[in-house]
Amino acid sequence: MGLPDAERTIEALAERMRGAVAFDAKFVGIYSGGAWIAERLAAMIDGDHPVGYIDVSFYRDDFSRTGLKPEVKRTELPFEVEGATIVLVDDVLYTGRSVRAAVNELFDFGRPARVELAVLVDRGGRELPIEPTYAGARLAVARELSIVLSRGPEGKLTLTTEAGGA
Amino acid sequence: MLDPQLSAGGELRHLLTLEGLPAEVIVRILDTAVPFASIAERDVKKVPLLRGRSVFNLFFENSTRTRTTFEIAAKRLSADVINLNIGFSSTSKGETLLDTVDNLVAMNADMFVVRHSQSGAPHLIAAHLDRTGRSHVHVVNAGDGRHAHPTQGLLDLFTIRHYKKEFRNLTVGIIGDVLHSRVARSLIHGLTTLGTPEVRAIGPKTLLPTALEALGVQVHHDMRTGLAGCDVVVMLRLQNERMKGALLPSAGEYFKHYGLTAEKLALAKPDAIVMHPGPMNRGVEIDSAVADGERSVILPQVTFGIAVRMAVMSILAG
Repeated sequence: MGLPDAERTIEALAERMRGAVAFDAKFVGIYSGGAWIAERLAAMIDGDHPVGYIDVSFYRDDFSRTGLKPEVKRTELPFEVEGATIVLVDDVLYTGRSVRAAVNELFDFGRPARVELAVLVDRGGRELPIEPTYAGARLAVARELSIVLSRGPEGKLTLTTEAGGA
Repeated sequence: MLDPQLSAGGELRHLLTLEGLPAEVIVRILDTAVPFASIAERDVKKVPLLRGRSVFNLFFENSTRTRTTFEIAAKRLSADVINLNIGFSSTSKGETLLDTVDNLVAMNADMFVVRHSQSGAPHLIAAHLDRTGRSHVHVVNAGDGRHAHPTQGLLDLFTIRHYKKEFRNLTVGIIGDVLHSRVARSLIHGLTTLGTPEVRAIGPKTLLPTALEALGVQVHHDMRTGLAGCDVVVMLRLQNERMKGALLPSAGEYFKHYGLTAEKLALAKPDAIVMHPGPMNRGVEIDSAVADGERSVILPQVTFGIAVRMAVMSILAG
């Protein structure tokens, strides 16, 4: 099945956010794909958009089944979360579980005024009542496949599918 | 022989000793501790990883720092923590160690943090749990006799890596009562496994074990040769009992030869860090000017200890 071009999809996502997202919204990328996209969006969208990063490993709901993944990154939010407008950024929105974990983690840093969600690709299949505020593309993909975002040597982003549902 | 700490798939199931623990397991614990260290900077200093799990601190021997940091670590992981000072309870009524353990498992313990004056007590508990089909219950050794204190060894490794980045070019001097020190033993195993080229034990003959060279450790009885070129200086606590045991003439005499002063520290590299597992005897093994000086990382060790224990507990429970 054909996947959209990641670079063009980021442009589409940025276009949806322009004029809609708050001028001082802070962009928080969920590791690892969401972190890349948050950095790119901050450079593409006018306004003051500092970038933070969340690794949701300590908040995942499948810890007792799968344990801790080998490389946990450090969550870094270099701004006040209290009272801020936050846009969570992820590469692929599927079940909604990572976003649930990210929202929980965010609130341990303070009480944001508003939290929005921007995703490169919305592939449906939600298991939680979570919807994106902004999506670059919506597509249907077979359950057995996971969509993977990877970054090339010059920062070029690519979408591919792999066996094994995410 | 299979390491009882690891599952058939190489996953960490109990943490009993650093001896024989593969480098990748040690590095994974150290790496996992890095993001845990930053949790202390948050508004809510807690993550929900061990919510609903029960951690039992079984301390058959006194400890303040170790028990407290284990307790804080478990609470920051949202576990329920139960502290038992066994010295004062059941065992004094005649209950055996394993009966105590069985009773606590019947209270749904998920993890035991065990300190015992007898070497091997945590191994005994781990083997008992595995043998009786309760391998979902994990054991962490918080210090057993003269044998091992793996989480102290790991926090020492974490501290060294934090300040020195890499083990492969380091000279580490461990000074004092290596003979009776489970801290030294665990640190030596960890340093060796991670490829530290030069580990030295420095102290009087009466306080150094005889088999050190077999562990790849250089032995020095003189602080001048021992400290020369050290990147890391680890002071050990001199236990007062050693004086009475005729191993040493007096505290004053010991300080003169082996106490770390600014003059002696000048023999090490200019950027050498000074570590101590605590509790310190000021004026016995370390001078206050050094303990409180700018090269001392003794208090950061305590802070890192919480993150390292969180990493150990979350890897075990996963």
